[in-house]
Amino acid sequence: MTEIFGVPIQALLGQLMLGLVNGSFYAMLSLGLAVIFGMLNIVNFAHGALYMVGAFFAWMLLNYAGINYWFALILAPIGVGLIGVLIEKTMLRWLHQLDHLYGLLLTFGLALVLEGIFREFYGSSGLPYELPQIFRGVYDLEFMMLPKYRAWVVVLSLVICLITWYVIEKTKLGAYLRAGTENPNMVKAFGINVPLMVTLTYAFGVGLAGLAGVMAAPIYQVSPLMGSNIIIVVFAVVVIGGMGSILGSVITGLARGLIEGLTKVFYAEASTTVVFIIMAIVLLVRPAGLFGREK
Amino acid sequence: MKHKLLVSAIAAAMSTGMMMAHAQQGKLSGDTVKIGVLTDMSGVYADYGGPGAVAAARLAVQDFGGKMFGKNIEVVNADHQNKPDIAKNVTQQWFDRDGVDMTVENLNSAVALTVQALGKEKNKITIVTGAATARLTNEDCAPGTGIHYLHDTIALSNVVGKAIVKDGGNSWYFLTADYAFGHSLEKDTTEVVKSSGGRVLGAVRHPLSTGDFSSFLLQAQSSGAKVVGLANAGGDTVNSIKAAAEFGLTKKQNLAALLMLLTDVHALGLNTAQGLYLTEAWYWDLNPETRAWADKFSKVMNGRKPNSNHASVYSSTMHYLKAVQAAGTDDTAAVMKKMQETPINDMFAKGGKLREDGRMVHDMYLFQVKTPAESKGAWDYYNLKGTVKGDEAFQSIAGGKCAAVKK
Amino acid sequence: MNKTVMYALLLAGLVVAPFVGYPIFLMTCLCFALFASAFNLLIGFTGLLSFGHAMFFGFAAYVSGHAAKEWGLSPELAVLAGTLSATVIGWVVGVLAVRRQGIYFAMVTLALSQMIYFFCVQAPFTYAEDGIQSIPRGKLFGVIDMGNDVAMYYFVLAIFLIGFALIHRTIHSPFGQVLKSIRENEPRALSLGYDVDRYKLVAFVISASLAGLAGATKSLALGLATLTDVSWQMSGEVVLMTLLGGMGTILGPTLGAGIIIAMQNYLADLGSWVLIIMGVTFVVCVLSFRRGIVGEIEHRFGKK
Repeated sequence: MTEIFGVPIQALLGQLMLGLVNGSFYAMLSLGLAVIFGMLNIVNFAHGALYMVGAFFAWMLLNYAGINYWFALILAPIGVGLIGVLIEKTMLRWLHQLDHLYGLLLTFGLALVLEGIFREFYGSSGLPYELPQIFRGVYDLEFMMLPKYRAWVVVLSLVICLITWYVIEKTKLGAYLRAGTENPNMVKAFGINVPLMVTLTYAFGVGLAGLAGVMAAPIYQVSPLMGSNIIIVVFAVVVIGGMGSILGSVITGLARGLIEGLTKVFYAEASTTVVFIIMAIVLLVRPAGLFGREK
Repeated sequence: MKHKLLVSAIAAAMSTGMMMAHAQQGKLSGDTVKIGVLTDMSGVYADYGGPGAVAAARLAVQDFGGKMFGKNIEVVNADHQNKPDIAKNVTQQWFDRDGVDMTVENLNSAVALTVQALGKEKNKITIVTGAATARLTNEDCAPGTGIHYLHDTIALSNVVGKAIVKDGGNSWYFLTADYAFGHSLEKDTTEVVKSSGGRVLGAVRHPLSTGDFSSFLLQAQSSGAKVVGLANAGGDTVNSIKAAAEFGLTKKQNLAALLMLLTDVHALGLNTAQGLYLTEAWYWDLNPETRAWADKFSKVMNGRKPNSNHASVYSSTMHYLKAVQAAGTDDTAAVMKKMQETPINDMFAKGGKLREDGRMVHDMYLFQVKTPAESKGAWDYYNLKGTVKGDEAFQSIAGGKCAAVKK
Repeated sequence: MNKTVMYALLLAGLVVAPFVGYPIFLMTCLCFALFASAFNLLIGFTGLLSFGHAMFFGFAAYVSGHAAKEWGLSPELAVLAGTLSATVIGWVVGVLAVRRQGIYFAMVTLALSQMIYFFCVQAPFTYAEDGIQSIPRGKLFGVIDMGNDVAMYYFVLAIFLIGFALIHRTIHSPFGQVLKSIRENEPRALSLGYDVDRYKLVAFVISASLAGLAGATKSLALGLATLTDVSWQMSGEVVLMTLLGGMGTILGPTLGAGIIIAMQNYLADLGSWVLIIMGVTFVVCVLSFRRGIVGEIEHRFGKK
């Protein structure tokens, strides 16, 4: 068994692999958050709660309607997106003129409401979600057994992130979105329905969170607390990567997962703290983030 | 006029006399017996205690007759959400303002320590069933008010730990819930393993109520230990075992669930849980008495059968009520004396004894989970593999750390 | 109503309270009222949203609890120890945080409070999930036994009044005026020659110390210091208390704290509904009730 710095290479690679899996979730969630902040200047505290709702929708679809994972991958994010439309149209709309901090506070309140509702009806310990048949089993890599499902998660999230990045940075639709945030009046003058774009952007951002929720359901247990457990970390990732930068949040999300895995091997106690230390440093040295543009 | 005066005087004297006689029959603080059931109603330990514990307490009150000295017995309950501060707040209000005389259940270990200390301060009886830390009858003992009824980490490790080491599992790695209970269980099992000739290769701590055990299990796998000891309980144990199955850990290593109850096996399903060794103080299918009580319980709990914790809540509540009746009062010292004098012989334990340090000593059983083929239906999960007498399983007072009662 | 008369009435009410209500509940209210008022100093009067104030509250609670339990310090010394620790952390965090504004300031405080949280999870002296339990109240100045709930209540009341008076003094001083001008228009304050960062730092440290004072007192009053006290959910709660009561008003946070604590207490049976109600309150306040209760009252009855 070869060793690096006194740690068996098996353990190192294994934790890195797991870190990559976790990183995929961080990347997807921070992607949605970055899209929303970049386009709408809203710090969406409810992002974690909506991720949780996505997981619950998947669970409900399976247990109440017998609809399996594959359909849930499509239906649940749409459901969450619809909730996003509702939130944006009835509440966030009124805050556009105000200090950004109110957006933070409103979405914080929403997160509490969502978590409270699900806790009330489903308890807080977590419900199991069955893995679809095709994913049962492991790949026997030499340094660890990698469950097939986790490999799928990594692949799918990378694909989604790439598609999103491409749409926003390289297509006309994305260009409209970006222009619409920088200068809404100008864009309106061109006849583009800016309010509609804003609503759809928010819905898309939270829809991504919902999708992450469905993907997380078989791994992390469907629990009302899964949102609050993850939201702060996702914030840190977005801040480090750059609050408006899509590429930044994806890369940072993956990096965070890898770093977390690494620290678990060498100094396990610090694995949760390390991202916040990095966040504090980045904020002080380069507040716009590693890849971001200052707003 | 004179007659009327005389009649009223006699009537007054009679009624006073009757009242005094009535009071003599049973003096209760607040004029009633009020029992508080404090547990986790919706979190990681909800199946362990939760609504089942409340139901068990109510069954005990019902079977006792519902009244003490003519007054209704009240049962209140609260959900502490596994937070010691909430537990403290609730219990304090119960004792200070609501006239609660005794609290029962009180899982988890952190909550139990807080509640037992509070009971000691306020001189009220606190019965801990679901929590397992042995500190309750050692460093943090409260003789006179605190009772530890079900099992503790020493008994658990003595029964399961020894059995597994004897079976060949002599190198261990622990997955420990990072709070009082996990630490206790890890420490006590480590001692058992070492004194049986085994080695402990290391341990990793996880937060209470963790959803994803993958990275912890990876560390357990790379340790190369023959046995991975799960020093956790409830939902955490269930998730650890599921993750272990997912990662193929059981192909090369053995799992030891140091604290596992019937409800955990139910949550896991026999496919995953079969073959696991575990210890419990009670099982519904042991004899006709246990089966009868389990039926009563499942009628009020939607067909779910009780686990040993639920049974212990019933037994301890009943024991308390009988002691109050025998003592004629709910004064703590008098009731405690009766509880210690009277042996416990009910469907839960035979020849059970409440010691001065608060420990209720009773037999413990070693079970092995049946294979799906062996099981005849839901809740038929255990094969009895052995019985360990109470005095062997639990630590003696002399060997313990309860300074107040050591001779 | 004349302000002095109002204050006198409130004071009288507070003095009589322990004989009418439940002292433990009242002490909890007072501690959180102080916490919220300290927080309000930053958001209401300086315009800085700190989203990690629980770090001062909770850490001081741990330090004072540890001091009372392990070192056997008498209550006033334990509280002092806790407050000092919060002041030090406040200074360090403040130096780092005031370099940024608005959302970024909030994020820095959040990040740093999470670091403190995880430090508390790991540090042995906090006992992680179990928390520091059975914190003894000891004897005030070595003589007065604080075991009696009513005696302890007056100690807490005294601390609250001192803290409150300090805040009142700060707001109505020239220093406070500068803070308000920073909140209204920072660039202009800068152009007038004020060292804006210095002022913000001082305000931050004062706010952190008083929050620490509240936490240190709470752990003695309730006998417990746990991870809940340093969690980001706690930081969110104090924001809610201030928002509900009225940001920028002097009595608002106290009222807000009282309402939220009362709600958590009396609705505890409803379990998760408390969370839902708090969330809904947040949403409603932000959308249409931004001045908070006291703010609305002042607005209606025209104080300005």
